[in-house]
Amino acid sequence: MAVNDATLAIDVHGLTKRFGDKTVVKGIDLQVPKGIIFGFLGPNGSGKTTSIRMMCGLLTPDAGEGMVLGLNVLTQAPEIKRRIGYMTQRFSLYEDLSVAENLSFVARTYCMSDVGDRVARALAELGLAHRSTQLAGTLSGGWKQRLALAACMIHEPDLLMLDEPTAGVDPEARRAFWNEIHELAARGVTVLVTTHYMDEVERCHEIAYLSEGRIVARGTPKTVARTSGLKAVSIHGPDLMALAPRLRMLPGITSVAALGAELVVSSADADALTAAVASLEDGRYRMTEVDPTFEDVFVELTRRVGTGDKNHGEAAA
Amino acid sequence: MSPWGCAWSPLRALIIKEFIQMRRDRMTFAMMIALPLMQLLLFGYAINTDPKALPTVIVAGDSGPVTRDLISALQTTGYFKITGMADGPAEADRMLTRGYVQFAITIPQDFERKYARGERPQILIEGDATDPSAISGAVSAANLAQNWLVDGATKGALAFAEGRPRGFEVVVHRRYNPENITQYNIVPGLIGVILSQTMMIITSIAVSRERERGTLEALLVMPLRPLEVMLGKIIPYILVGYVQVAIILVAARYVFQVPIQGSILLLSAMTIIFIAVNLAVGFLFSTRAKTQLQAVQMVFFFFLPSILLSGFMFPFRGMPQWAQWIGSALPLTHYLRIVRGIILKGSGIGDLYIHLLPMTGLLVVIVVGALLWYRRTLD
Ligand SMILES: Nc1ncnc2c1ncn2[C@@H]1O[C@H](COP(=O)(O)OP(=O)(O)OP(=O)(O)O)[C@@H](O)[C@H]1O
Ligand SMILES: [Mg+2]
Repeated sequence: MAVNDATLAIDVHGLTKRFGDKTVVKGIDLQVPKGIIFGFLGPNGSGKTTSIRMMCGLLTPDAGEGMVLGLNVLTQAPEIKRRIGYMTQRFSLYEDLSVAENLSFVARTYCMSDVGDRVARALAELGLAHRSTQLAGTLSGGWKQRLALAACMIHEPDLLMLDEPTAGVDPEARRAFWNEIHELAARGVTVLVTTHYMDEVERCHEIAYLSEGRIVARGTPKTVARTSGLKAVSIHGPDLMALAPRLRMLPGITSVAALGAELVVSSADADALTAAVASLEDGRYRMTEVDPTFEDVFVELTRRVGTGDKNHGEAAA
Repeated sequence: MSPWGCAWSPLRALIIKEFIQMRRDRMTFAMMIALPLMQLLLFGYAINTDPKALPTVIVAGDSGPVTRDLISALQTTGYFKITGMADGPAEADRMLTRGYVQFAITIPQDFERKYARGERPQILIEGDATDPSAISGAVSAANLAQNWLVDGATKGALAFAEGRPRGFEVVVHRRYNPENITQYNIVPGLIGVILSQTMMIITSIAVSRERERGTLEALLVMPLRPLEVMLGKIIPYILVGYVQVAIILVAARYVFQVPIQGSILLLSAMTIIFIAVNLAVGFLFSTRAKTQLQAVQMVFFFFLPSILLSGFMFPFRGMPQWAQWIGSALPLTHYLRIVRGIILKGSGIGDLYIHLLPMTGLLVVIVVGALLWYRRTLD
């Protein structure tokens, strides 16, 4: 039931979306405390964008209910829209308007009284002041992302929904972006963000991992990694490229990934990993136990959904 | 951020945005101005021309000096170019049907005798009236051809018919299009047709373009009311509509010499309703269309009956009852009566409100329909 818990920015239950006869989001529950950065993760097509759209009131859920900022998702969409900022995955500002014109347009639609000041400030923060008259359509991909981000924050929303805000953005700008997100969170803004960059996962306070329309793991990044039960071993030695396919053939191995001069073998099955390592005990290889990467963890979580083994991640919450 | 303090801000934002986009999209802007001009010139001139030397076949049931003189008199008018003689009505009919000739002129068997007695024999002019404008000039010329006869080589016949007016009667059959539409009817009507077409297309594209370019998602997540979105798409283009009206009126007056009898001010005032109706229809379609192409197709679905059943192409009273009913539901029908009334008859508001009321009613229905149909979501 939608109980109004004032400490939660998002509190939705059983959200479901069907397109035709395909159920794309299968009853997700999501609780996001106020003032945190929440990573919404999952492979392509797992239903992240669809879920966000439902929470913004852009898509009508086929089932489920809930509150966003204490407002009912099903009945109070107009009020929700006023208080959230949503950065779409696809660039959705006007390409035939200039940078400044786009920002003014957005500021005016939100009834901002000091449009000029806000636009000037946003341009300065963005480092876009010298390009304010450039048409948005002629910006490079990364700059478009930054403009879109500035546009969705211009009305100072309490909740930001950012759908892959850093896709195509260079490392320096990504760092600047994450620093700003943390500053916003410190000021009490809640941020829900999707990403495919694994290094960004650790910068979230909490994450939920979506696979085929279901949340299969959630918690802090560390808990998710730990409860996946994944173990990893890094192998140094000669002729690793020949070794890799042999290891992949072994039962219970999640992934074998070449990372520079080492091979990282991971598995949720500690015994299988021990067995695999034992098969190599001929002295030519040096082995060390390492923390599994998030990439490995997510590959493992996705694999389990594929094989119908769901008894791991969900318990992590 | 009180609801009143910013009542106009979102709408203003939308209107400014639309104007900037219009200014940047030179091609579309040029089309909005050039399209009506081109249509007007094409339509207007095709109608305004007074075609001469039209191919004509003669079915001569008689022969003699009067008949010969009549034929040469017809040629002299300049409207008829006799391309041959038909053996009989069947052959003439075939030539007419196939479009080899514009006219078939039948001179009856006892033409010479009746003419001489002053019995005013009839000659039959059958004209291919699929292009009505081609006919009127020629028909009046045929009547005038009598003068040449009287002045010409018929002096011999004069002696037989003292005191009786001699001459013949011209019977005209306008084939394939019994009604006759005058050019004056069409140029004012073009205001309605051109406005209807461009206005509907503009708004129908305006929303589906947002959908196609992906900007609709951002627009929908903003706190905009459907009415604001709709007005934001309509208000900027009312101005464009007026530019079009001005172009057509100037051309009607100075290029086609259509006399404007009534008040331009009254016409402008009533035109705003018609422009708004068409913009609303376009908006209505765009709420359903997935792409710009679909939107334009829907517009033509509406535009075609508008042209055919509004009284623009065919006289309204000549249409079957069911067609008149459909026609009454089309805004163009009522606007045509208004615009023809003002321009041709000099009608005032007292004559026209009966046409204004149904048009306003349609505006209300369509606006309400569009608002109900407008989806605030991407579903
Ligand atoms: N309007 C729609 N009509 C039909 N199917 C849709 C529609 N929108 C999304 N889908 C389908 O729903 C599924 C989930 O899409 P969604 O965009 O939510 O995934 P995602 O997790 O955001 O993926 P990505 O990481 O690639 O952005 C996909 O299989 C997609 O094809
Ligand atoms: Mg997505």
